[in-house]
Amino acid sequence: MTEPLLFELSSPGRVGCRLPELDVPETALPEKSLRRELPLPELSEREVAQHFTRLSQLNFSVDTGFYPLGSCTMKYNPKLHEEVARFPGFAHIHPWQSESTVQGALQLMYELQEYLAEITGLPGVSLQPVAGAHGELTGMLIVRAYHLEHGDEGRTVVLVPDSAHGTNPATASMCGYEVVTVSSDPRGNTDVGELGRLMDETVAGLMLTNPNTLGLFEEHILQVTEIVHEAGGLIYCDGANMNALLGIASTGELGTDVLHLNLHKTFSTPHGGGGPGAGATAVTEELTPFLPTPVAARREERESTAALTEYYLDYERPHSIGPVSGFYGNFGVMVKAYAYLRSLGERGLREVSENAVLNANYLLEQLKGYYHLPYDRPCLHECVFSGKAQANLGVHTVDIAKRLIDLGFHPPTVYFPLIVDEALMIEPTETESLETLDAFVTAMRQIAREAESEPELVRGAPRTTPVTRLDEATAARKPNLKWQG
Amino acid sequence: MEPTDRRYSKEHEWAKLDEGLAVVGITHYAQEQLGDIVYVELPQAGDTLRQFESFGIIESVKAASDLWAPISGEVVAVNEELVDRPELVNEDPYEGGWMLKVHPQDESEMGALMTAEEYGALLKTLEE
Amino acid sequence: MSSYIPNTDADRREMLETLGLDSLQELFEAIPPEKRYPHLDLPPPLSEMEVKELLRGLAEKNADLDHHPCFLGAGAYHHFVPAVVDHIISRGEFYTAYTPYQPEVSQGTLTTIYEFQTMVCQLTGMDVANASMYDGATGVAEAGLMAARVTRRYGLVVASTLHPRYRQVLRTYTQGMGMDIQEVGYGEDGGVDLRQADQLLGAGTAALMVQYPNFLGSLEDLQPLSELANRVGALLAVCVDPVALGLFRPPGEQGADIVVGEGQSLGSPPSYGGPYVGLFACRQKYLRQMPGRLVGMTTDTDGRRGFVLTFQPREQHIRREKATSNICTNEALVALAAATHLAIMGKQGLRQVAELCYHKAHYAADGIDALPGYERLFGQFFKEFVIRTPVSPATVNALLMERGIIGGYRLERDYPQLGDCLLLCVTEMNTKEEIDSLLEALREIGDSR
Repeated sequence: MTEPLLFELSSPGRVGCRLPELDVPETALPEKSLRRELPLPELSEREVAQHFTRLSQLNFSVDTGFYPLGSCTMKYNPKLHEEVARFPGFAHIHPWQSESTVQGALQLMYELQEYLAEITGLPGVSLQPVAGAHGELTGMLIVRAYHLEHGDEGRTVVLVPDSAHGTNPATASMCGYEVVTVSSDPRGNTDVGELGRLMDETVAGLMLTNPNTLGLFEEHILQVTEIVHEAGGLIYCDGANMNALLGIASTGELGTDVLHLNLHKTFSTPHGGGGPGAGATAVTEELTPFLPTPVAARREERESTAALTEYYLDYERPHSIGPVSGFYGNFGVMVKAYAYLRSLGERGLREVSENAVLNANYLLEQLKGYYHLPYDRPCLHECVFSGKAQANLGVHTVDIAKRLIDLGFHPPTVYFPLIVDEALMIEPTETESLETLDAFVTAMRQIAREAESEPELVRGAPRTTPVTRLDEATAARKPNLKWQG
Repeated sequence: MEPTDRRYSKEHEWAKLDEGLAVVGITHYAQEQLGDIVYVELPQAGDTLRQFESFGIIESVKAASDLWAPISGEVVAVNEELVDRPELVNEDPYEGGWMLKVHPQDESEMGALMTAEEYGALLKTLEE
Repeated sequence: MSSYIPNTDADRREMLETLGLDSLQELFEAIPPEKRYPHLDLPPPLSEMEVKELLRGLAEKNADLDHHPCFLGAGAYHHFVPAVVDHIISRGEFYTAYTPYQPEVSQGTLTTIYEFQTMVCQLTGMDVANASMYDGATGVAEAGLMAARVTRRYGLVVASTLHPRYRQVLRTYTQGMGMDIQEVGYGEDGGVDLRQADQLLGAGTAALMVQYPNFLGSLEDLQPLSELANRVGALLAVCVDPVALGLFRPPGEQGADIVVGEGQSLGSPPSYGGPYVGLFACRQKYLRQMPGRLVGMTTDTDGRRGFVLTFQPREQHIRREKATSNICTNEALVALAAATHLAIMGKQGLRQVAELCYHKAHYAADGIDALPGYERLFGQFFKEFVIRTPVSPATVNALLMERGIIGGYRLERDYPQLGDCLLLCVTEMNTKEEIDSLLEALREIGDSR
C-alpha cells in the first residue's frame, strides 16, 4: 500500500485548526513586507490524523517487534517516561524563566548530572549536548581547550581505531584535527604496538569505543590508556556501547578522560525515528573547567544568602569551550533518563548490563555454526558476524537483512564495522525475552539454509513490506527532494 | 583482461597516452567495487594534477572514494557527460566513462604505473 | 528484577547452561578484575507509582505557562499546539523507531521527512531542505561551516542582532577551524548597520549571517543585505522564525543562500529549552555541501513510489573525516511534530497565527509605549519588541512575577547599551485580558518608582 502525500490530499479551503477571533484592535499590516502566497497544504483535522496514523503503520518499531540493530541499543522505552516528560511543570516551562521559578527542573538536571558522574566515575558532567555526535564534538573541543590551556599547540593529530563509528573521525575533523587511523589486532583489540609507534607529542588524544564496535571489551585497556597518557594525550571514550558496562566497570577508573553517553541508547529514552537524543558528556576533575556553559549547580551553604536559590545555572566558567546548543540541552529527554535511573538504582543498572550481555552471548553461541564469526571470543552487549560464507553463494548481507524483514524482524546493523566483510552486528538488549531470541535464532538459521537451497528467495526479499527494494541509484542521480506537484 | 593500450595504478585508475595527452579514468574493477555510481566531482580545465595525489571524488549509493591522479600535469578537458550520466563510468569505464584529459608534465611517469598484465596479477591477489 | 527485563532466573540459568557458564559474573572476564563491579552510590530503586509521584513533585516546583501569562520569547516561544500533533508523535511506531536506514520498513518516517523537507522549502522559499539539525543555534553554526566549504573562505560577518546565544555557539563550533568572525552592529531602526556591513565584508568573507526578524524584534528588508554579500562573493545566511514566515516575505525571495531557523514554534512546547529542531535549507547549487540527512523520492522494483535516505556519501558514516558534518542523530520526532503542525495549520492557519501574534504584539507595544516612563525602541516588528523601562528590568520582572506574570528577556547581559530594556514577546496565546493585566502591572510598577 502507499499513502498519498499531504500535498496530494490537499484541497483549497480546508482548515485543520480553528483559532480564536482577534480580541484586540487591528494594526495595519506593512503591505510591502508581506508574502504574496503561502503554498502550504490545506487539510481538515480528520485527514491529517488519518494520514499520519497510516504512515506510522508503515514503520517497524521497538513497540512492534524485535529490533536488534547493533550499536543502537534499541531497548524498550518505558511508557511512564512519556507521561512524566509531558507534565506541564516540565513541558510548559520557558528556558529563560528566572531560576526561582524552575527549581524543580534545575534540581532534576543537577541530580541527573550527579548520577551520571557516579555511574561513569567522571565527576564533571554537561547535559547540554543533544546527540552522541554532539557529545563527541563537545568532548573533543574540551580536549583541544585542555592542550591549548597548557600551551601545547603542537598537538594536531587525533588517533581513531579502524573499528570506530564514522562520527569519531568526522568530529575530530570538525575540531580542526588531522585523523590518523589505528588498526585492530587479530583479537579485535586496538593494536597496542601500532598505538605505541603512533603516539607522540603531536597527538592530542585517542578516540576509543569501549566495548568497541565488535562488541568486544578492549582487553589491553589499561595499557592503552597508559601509552596515551604517558605521551601527554587524552583518552576520549565513545560511550555508545555503555549498555554493556552499567555497574560493571566505571569508564573513569579505566583511564578515560572524556566520555559521552547516549541517553537515547543506554538510558532508555526513545530514538524518535532518528532523534531527539541526548549526548551527556562526562569528564575528569581536571577537565571540568572546560565544560560548556552553563551547568546546573547547587548552593550548599544558603543560610548566609537566603535570597539565592538552591539550584542555579552556573555561567561563571572562564575556561569553558562555550555553549554547544541553544539552551541547556534536550531537557525533555533528561526527564526520561532521570525517571529511568530512579526506577533502577544501582542493582537495576547492573541487571541491565548483565542481561544485555547474556542475551548477546546467547545469540553468538546459537548462531556461530551458521554464520562466520570473525572474532571468536565472548562478546559484551553485541556480537558481530560476517555473511561472507553466504556471500560466496551469492547471497549478501543486504539480502539476509531484507529476508529477516519478511520473517518479522528488524535487521541487525549491516556492513559495519568496516573491518568486517559483510558485517552483521546484532544487539539484542536486555529487554528481550528468551522466546524472542530463540525465534530470531530460528529465523537466522532458516536464512542460512535458504542461502544454500533457495538463494533467489533471499535475494528477492522483502516481499511482505509496503514497498520492495528501492532504486537508490536513481534517487541519488536524479534527486527529488521535495514535492513539486 | 584489461586493455593493453594503457597503464594502471594500484588505486585502480588508468592513464592512456593519446596524441600527447593522457586520458584518465577508473578501472572496471574499481567501478564494480563502488557499485552504482551517482556522482563524480572532477577538477576544472586549467587545474594541475600531481601523480598519486587526490584529484576528485567519486560517489556511489553506499560509498565515496577519492580519485588519485595516475600522472602529473595540467587538465585540458573534463568529461562533461558524467555530470548528467555518472553511470557511464559503470557502463563503459575504459571509453565513454573517461574522466580527464591531461597534458602530462613528464610522460616518463607512466613508467611508475603497471602494465595490463601486472595489474591483472594484482587483481588476482585481491580476489583471494 | 526490573519490570523492563522479561527473562526469569530459570531463563537465565538455561542460557548460561547453553554458554557453559555457571554465573553471570563469568561474562565479564575480559575486564580487569580489580576494576569490576564498582559500588555506585545511587538512590534506591522505586516503583512506577513512586517515580511518577517523585517526578510530579519536581514538576510542580516549577511555575508553568499553563498557570502564568508569559511574555518571554528570545528563541523559545509559547504557541498553540493542536492536540493531533502530540497524538501523532506519541505513536510508538514513530517514536520507538530508529533512523530509517532500512527503507522497506521505514516508509512512515521517510515519507514524513520528505513532507517536512517540502514544507520547509515552501515556508522559506528555498530550493532544498534537510531532515533537520539539532536546533536553531547549531543550524546557524553549521550554516557558517557550510558557507566556508562553498566559498573556501574563512571569514564570517555576523549581525549583532543574531541571537546572542547562537553567536556563541557559532564561535564554539568554529574554534578549531581557524574562522575569523566579525560582528556588525545595528542602526537606529534595529536593522543591520549597512554601512558597517559594507566595510566588514571583503574577499575573505564566506557569509553574512543575519536573523529575520532579528533578536531585537526588528523586521528588515533582506534584499540590500543579499546585494552587499553577493558583491564580494559571500553568501547570505538567514536565521528565521518560521511563524513569521506565515505572514512575511520569505528569505528565498530576497536573495538568501542558506536559511536556518528554530522550528520549536511549530508544534513543540518550550520544554525548558529542548528538544527543539533546527530548520536548514539552501539553494540547489549548494546541495552537496549541505550537512545532515536528506530523503528523496524513488521507485521500488515493482515501480511503486517510495522514499529513501539519499546523498549519504556526504555523511559521517560513509565519508568519515571528510563528511560535511559529524551529525548523525538529529531531531526526527520534533521534525515530525513540525510537519504535523504545518499540515494541521496549513495555508490559512499559519497565516492566521502570524496575524494574531502581529496584532496582539502591536496592541501590547502601543499600550506600553503610551505608559509614563516606558518607551518602545526600534522600527517595524512582528511579535517581539524592545521596551525601555523606568525601573531596572530585573525589578520589573520580579514585580511582574509577584503578580503571577512571567515578564520579558533582560537584554543587559548581551547588549550593555540596552541595560534598561526588556525584550517582550506576545503570541496568540496571550489574551487581551492578559495583555491588559500586563499593562496595568507595568503602570503600577512605573508609578511606584
